[in-house]
Amino acid sequence: MEPYQIHLENFTGPLDLLLHLIRKHEMDIYDIPIADVTSQYLAILDAMQTLNLDIAGEFLLMAATLVHIKSKMLLPKIAEEDTAEEEEDPRAELVRRLLEYQKYKEAAATLDERPKLNLDVFDRYAPEPEAQEKSDGGFAEVSLFDLLAALREVLSQNPEPSFHTVDMDRLSVADRINLILERLQGEQSIAFNDLFSGTIERGDIIVTFLATLELVRMRLIRLMQNARFGTIWLMAAVEVGAGELKIGEEHFGYS
Amino acid sequence: MDIRDLVPAVEAVVFAAARPLDANQIAEILETESAAVQEALATLQFSCDEQNRGVFLEHVAGGYQLRTRPQFAEYLRRLGRRRPFRFSRAALETLAIIAYRQPVTRPDIEYLRGVDSGSVLKTLIEKHLVRILGKKDVPGKPMIYGTTPAFLELFGLPDLASLPTLQEFSELMDEGFAAETDDSLRDETEEQTPMPANGS
Repeated sequence: MEPYQIHLENFTGPLDLLLHLIRKHEMDIYDIPIADVTSQYLAILDAMQTLNLDIAGEFLLMAATLVHIKSKMLLPKIAEEDTAEEEEDPRAELVRRLLEYQKYKEAAATLDERPKLNLDVFDRYAPEPEAQEKSDGGFAEVSLFDLLAALREVLSQNPEPSFHTVDMDRLSVADRINLILERLQGEQSIAFNDLFSGTIERGDIIVTFLATLELVRMRLIRLMQNARFGTIWLMAAVEVGAGELKIGEEHFGYS
Repeated sequence: MDIRDLVPAVEAVVFAAARPLDANQIAEILETESAAVQEALATLQFSCDEQNRGVFLEHVAGGYQLRTRPQFAEYLRRLGRRRPFRFSRAALETLAIIAYRQPVTRPDIEYLRGVDSGSVLKTLIEKHLVRILGKKDVPGKPMIYGTTPAFLELFGLPDLASLPTLQEFSELMDEGFAAETDDSLRDETEEQTPMPANGS
């Protein structure tokens, strides 16, 4: 048996490679010529090393296992007929693993033959509508991390400009709080992302975000979402009449 | 509702639904008996096949969904819908092991495959095909993994019991039985899953 060209990356692991070698040379799975298989296997790893390719540790582990089995089989059988326990063939575990592996390899191929959604068969294109997400209840409290992730996303859509602007005419946190409260009187809930629609400046985003945090701290709004990574919704926590509550600049340390 | 009215009503509901619906959910929407819906579903499926329609009723992930026939796949791909995750052989192997052996731990998977499966497992979880079911009550409390409803939807399976029977081998298969898995799926698209009489 001469070594032949083989590409290690075509094999999902050492069991796959071993299975291939045994089949290729039509060896008997229950009586694997371990010396032949081992030399074939090692020749492949050698070739890979010559090509300076990284060999995954698992392939080396299998090489060690093969050499170990080979050496065990070379040992003379000790006459131990008195002991009732017959020693198992050193190859037995490997054979079991190969057959078990083959079972799942075959199952994977069978699975792959099935028509797949969005490749062979298509359902009606129905992206989860936001309106439905809003109405189906089951809201959970939003964690700080979800909120920060949402902020990061909004900020990433508005990258920091590379030039410097001196224009400082911006809304204060207090103004923004009042703006959000006003909007919440008209609507039952506002999507977190909608707070930032039309915002171009990062400074505005930060002010809006701080306003949101302040509103939560003051327990005037609640932040809810009904799916992990779903839309974050702002909801009024208390009914506030128009003009009843005005937040003044003096409430906060920032301006 | 009369059965003649019920069949189109069921068709309308199944068509408009975003996810597969089971007979009970459809019955609730239509304010009728689940058994009647079941009958209507069978009629609908039969007529889709009989009239050589472009869609067929598939029993999938515990519910029913209208899907386009595989023979039109070539055209429908031109619609530019998001393609499903393209499986590497490693990912398919791992997915098959999880599907058949669940609940299963990562060391179990790695023993069977003989290779580290951490990154493949992570990808499958990210694609929502595999999920963490919990922790096994053994030292080290390893995570146990199982498949998701999205897995059933992707492969058009009504439930896990409908997975193709796992073949036991006492011999080796012929060389190359799975060598062309990537291409074979395009030729074998005619196959369809028959709808069992009782789906819910």
